Amino acid sequence: MSRPALLGVRHHGPGSARAVVSALGQCAPSAVLIEGPPEADAIVHLAADEGMRPPVALLAHAADDPGRAAFWPLAAFSPEWAAIRWALAHDVPVRFIDLPAAHSLAAAGGPGAETDAPGGGASHPAPRLDPLAALAAAAGYDDPERWWEDAVEHRRGGPADGDALAPFAAVADAMGELRTGFAEVGTDGPLADRDGIREAYMRLKLREAQKEFGDAVAVVCGAWHVPALAAKRTVAADRQVLKGLPKVKAEISWVPWTHRRLSRHSGYGAGITSPGWYGHLFHAPDRPVERWLTDVARLLREEDFPVSSAHVIEAVRLAETLAAMRGRPLAGLAETVDAVRAVMCDGSDVPLALVRDRLVVGDVLGEVPASAPATPLQRDLARLQRTLRLKPEAAFRDCEFDLRKDTDAARSRLLHRLRLLGVDWGEPMRSRGGLGTFRESWRLCWEPELAVRIAEAGAWGTTVEGAATARAEALAREADALADITALAERCLLAGLDGALPAVMRALADRAALDTDVGHLARALPALVRSVRYGDVRRTGTTALAEVAAGIAERIFVGLPAACAGLDTDAAAEMRGHTDAVHQAVSLLAETETGDRAGDEAEANTTPGIRQRWSAVLRILAGRDGLPGGIRGRAARLLLDDGRLTDDRAARLMGLALSAGTAPADAAAWIEGFVGSGGSGGMLLVHDERLLTLVDTWLTGVPPDAFTDVLPLLRRTFSAFEPGVRRTLGELVRRGGASATGAAAPGEAPLDEERAAAVLPTMRLLLGMAETAETHGHAQGAA
Amino acid sequence: MTVPGISADALRPHAEDAFADELKALAAADDRPRPERWRLSPWAVATYLLGGTLPDGTVITPKYVGPRRVVEVAVTTLATDRALLLLGVPGTAKTWVSEHLAAAVSGDSTLLVQGTAGTAEEAIRYGWDYARLLAHGPSREALVPSPVMRAMAQGMTARVEELTRIPADVQDTLITVLSEKTLPIPELGEEVQAVRGFNLIATANDRDRGVNELSSALRRRFNTVVLPLPATPEDEVDIVARRVDQLGRSLDLPGVPDGTDEIRRVVTVFRELRDGVTADGRTKLKSPSGTLSTAEAISVVTGGLALAAHFGDGVLRAGDVAAGILGAVVRDPVADRLVWQEYLETVVRERDGWKDFYRACREVSV
Repeated sequence: MSRPALLGVRHHGPGSARAVVSALGQCAPSAVLIEGPPEADAIVHLAADEGMRPPVALLAHAADDPGRAAFWPLAAFSPEWAAIRWALAHDVPVRFIDLPAAHSLAAAGGPGAETDAPGGGASHPAPRLDPLAALAAAAGYDDPERWWEDAVEHRRGGPADGDALAPFAAVADAMGELRTGFAEVGTDGPLADRDGIREAYMRLKLREAQKEFGDAVAVVCGAWHVPALAAKRTVAADRQVLKGLPKVKAEISWVPWTHRRLSRHSGYGAGITSPGWYGHLFHAPDRPVERWLTDVARLLREEDFPVSSAHVIEAVRLAETLAAMRGRPLAGLAETVDAVRAVMCDGSDVPLALVRDRLVVGDVLGEVPASAPATPLQRDLARLQRTLRLKPEAAFRDCEFDLRKDTDAARSRLLHRLRLLGVDWGEPMRSRGGLGTFRESWRLCWEPELAVRIAEAGAWGTTVEGAATARAEALAREADALADITALAERCLLAGLDGALPAVMRALADRAALDTDVGHLARALPALVRSVRYGDVRRTGTTALAEVAAGIAERIFVGLPAACAGLDTDAAAEMRGHTDAVHQAVSLLAETETGDRAGDEAEANTTPGIRQRWSAVLRILAGRDGLPGGIRGRAARLLLDDGRLTDDRAARLMGLALSAGTAPADAAAWIEGFVGSGGSGGMLLVHDERLLTLVDTWLTGVPPDAFTDVLPLLRRTFSAFEPGVRRTLGELVRRGGASATGAAAPGEAPLDEERAAAVLPTMRLLLGMAETAETHGHAQGAA
Repeated sequence: MTVPGISADALRPHAEDAFADELKALAAADDRPRPERWRLSPWAVATYLLGGTLPDGTVITPKYVGPRRVVEVAVTTLATDRALLLLGVPGTAKTWVSEHLAAAVSGDSTLLVQGTAGTAEEAIRYGWDYARLLAHGPSREALVPSPVMRAMAQGMTARVEELTRIPADVQDTLITVLSEKTLPIPELGEEVQAVRGFNLIATANDRDRGVNELSSALRRRFNTVVLPLPATPEDEVDIVARRVDQLGRSLDLPGVPDGTDEIRRVVTVFRELRDGVTADGRTKLKSPSGTLSTAEAISVVTGGLALAAHFGDGVLRAGDVAAGILGAVVRDPVADRLVWQEYLETVVRERDGWKDFYRACREVSV
């Protein structure tokens, strides 16, 4: 063995991992070189540690900016991991030969770097043009992953006496052909730029290693790079390529990883959709399909689906026949999934989703020994603690933050974010200075186990902000109750996590759409609208929030009248409370909305503003027979207060509600709804004597035996009035009541313009100048 | 096309007659191994259903527009001698697929048992010619075999339509047939054993599963394939437009100028409510209790066309389909009406260019 063995692999391919192990065993190299950041040379020995369990990832980040990070995830079935473990077990030195993270982090720059592991971790060496796709298309496959599986991964082991290096030679040839093809297309292909630089660096490192360990080294790298490493280039030419690369100080560490993150669906994806399946292929000693389907059956049985061994037998038969019909050498994931669906799941995708989630992707969580270097999240926290002068102390300490000051606001945000991550360093206290929006009180206490929590939270991200955002998004996805999500939205606003808001809003909108209980929606709306207002105060973007709030309001409008029907007394009282809360929320919401609605006046006929629509709902509530009296009365009152109901109409509604045909108890409830639960109810009766007359007439007309029934309700209603109001009412009634003074009812007295005008300047002062015009408008509209 | 022995007047010829040419061309081109008594190899059966072009240039028209996977699993199931159960909401071409599968595999799609609430055991096992039975006593001659029995004896494909409508005790007659592959005739002390090539395709509507749910013993004998609703709006608009056109012609409706926009709208409304999410995937919706299948969309549009042609200005407008949509969506007068109003107010009202539709729906909803 004189030349270096170049083992081209597909990252995270279990077949490649098997092949690499047997190839290494055959050629017994003096050193193993792996495509990965050389900074990791110092910590690679940890891979053999007892406490190290894949999937794990090498995490490199810029020392001064933990947000700029790159990951190289490694699963048990990754060829790189297999090679590392083989080398450590055989006392063979391991070197990483890819471009140092110091360079790649500097080049990647920007915030986008986080999501794109530079080359080393990505399974597609060339994101713009997929070389595997070209090979697969040549072989008549529409899916490159499947082609690779058929051609390489599913070729199990090969005969024991065969040449373990043969498949690698074949792959290298194929890649060589492909690269020539791409080179002809133009230099703008995948050969350009970053790959060129990386390959130059790898060649240099390879030469270095050959000097140090002799020629018999083995290189494990992406298949795409093999021809480049075999190519003859002068050292000088390679040095030239690498000249003047930007550089940052980089730190590297091992972090635990999960199968879910290896899968393509989530960020930092390594580009494989089925890590669980790959893991199974790698670990199963034989009969992969039979073992897999048995595992599926066990899972389904645990979840109470009736699945017997007969099902497994039939599923295996179906999968194998399908593979034969599709011309594949061995049943793959697609065939087994089809078979499971048809045989075990009665054609339904619901249990299948479970199989996908638990087995195809899998819940495997990696572990990293305690001796691994500190995670970037810990460093980011330390940095923040320094800049914000907020020292971790074991003793209790109470703090008061003035949110108008930048430092205090940042401190508050940090504590809120940490709370989202489950690191309860600070506990919010009720502010001593009352309910001011700009004050916040905290009790701080740093306990040792919080360090452990921080380490755990490291899986969520590299900075406190990023991790908290990721966690909030995950919480939003998991939350069941609508109220939980509104609370989460409030926490996100407090923590200043604008990045998480879209996900939270989405979850909120989804949950609201499916919630059929108007009560839930009504409970959620006020908090949400508060958040909108609060966000305005803090100048955070809350457009999305306002939209969701408007959507929920809309659903309440549609559902409320129906939800009010057929309620008992308690439920009616609760619903009346909801109506009040929604009313307030709608007013607030309408204020924030006026800005964009003003321009739409022309369309006002077809798409009335939210306030008009709410009034329409209230009108229905007030006018529909059969709804509880309290709710009808309340709706009439809210309309009257808003000036959307003329005094005449109000009197008529009251007259209807209090007429002889109505059950006294219902009428009393109406009165409670109309004048109750608000200080000004009594004043209304004092000043509009027509209403008082109606109440008076009704009350005197209540039959004696019914009177004892309505008395408690009436007493409760009227006792809530101010003593002065009660006295005035009493006097009015004693004076012969409303009927005598009825002629002098307010509406009918001629208005003395001059005297009325004298009040206006004071009114202006009270209301603020700008609002005068609007008040006029309302008054006219109402009249 | 004229086929000897087939009346040219048949309102609807059998699949094996209507597509005899394609089947013949496929059989000629097919060099892959065939299971015993199969007319074609599994691969050729799949091609027959999905369409394609043969090496000799014969074009095979697609019989089923949908995922390839569905057809592959169905054909493979028949090849593994497991019975096949096609599930789906009404209007997803279950019967159509089962007929063509039987025609391609056995060359005969007529061995059919139509399941109804009144289907008796005789329809699945065998009956008697009572005149002969009384005159000569029980004998093979007096026995009237069911389509299933004939399929077993000849190694053909039998079909059972609407399996879940058959009373549960009658359904279970199939268990022996499917597991033992034999049908005992205790009256004669004989049995009919299925020969190789026999298989059974059943269809069932999964929306009214509750009618006569299959026993788990029977269910276990079937591989289940669910025929999905059209995957993309384009597919569905296409299917609706084509079918509406055919129906309109056969019902002699006066021609109406292009109504594709309105069809697209009907399909959008149906899809959104059915999937419980808006077309842009950003808002979730409640789903009504009806199935809202493609077949219903077709009838809504056909009804709208009739309105437009006879009472309107000849152009299919929002007002013509609004009432039909309301009827299809609101099956349960309370719950569905809420769903529909919520949809109108939260989705339709805000959507650009849908003002006319919103107004039309408001008019019929109130």
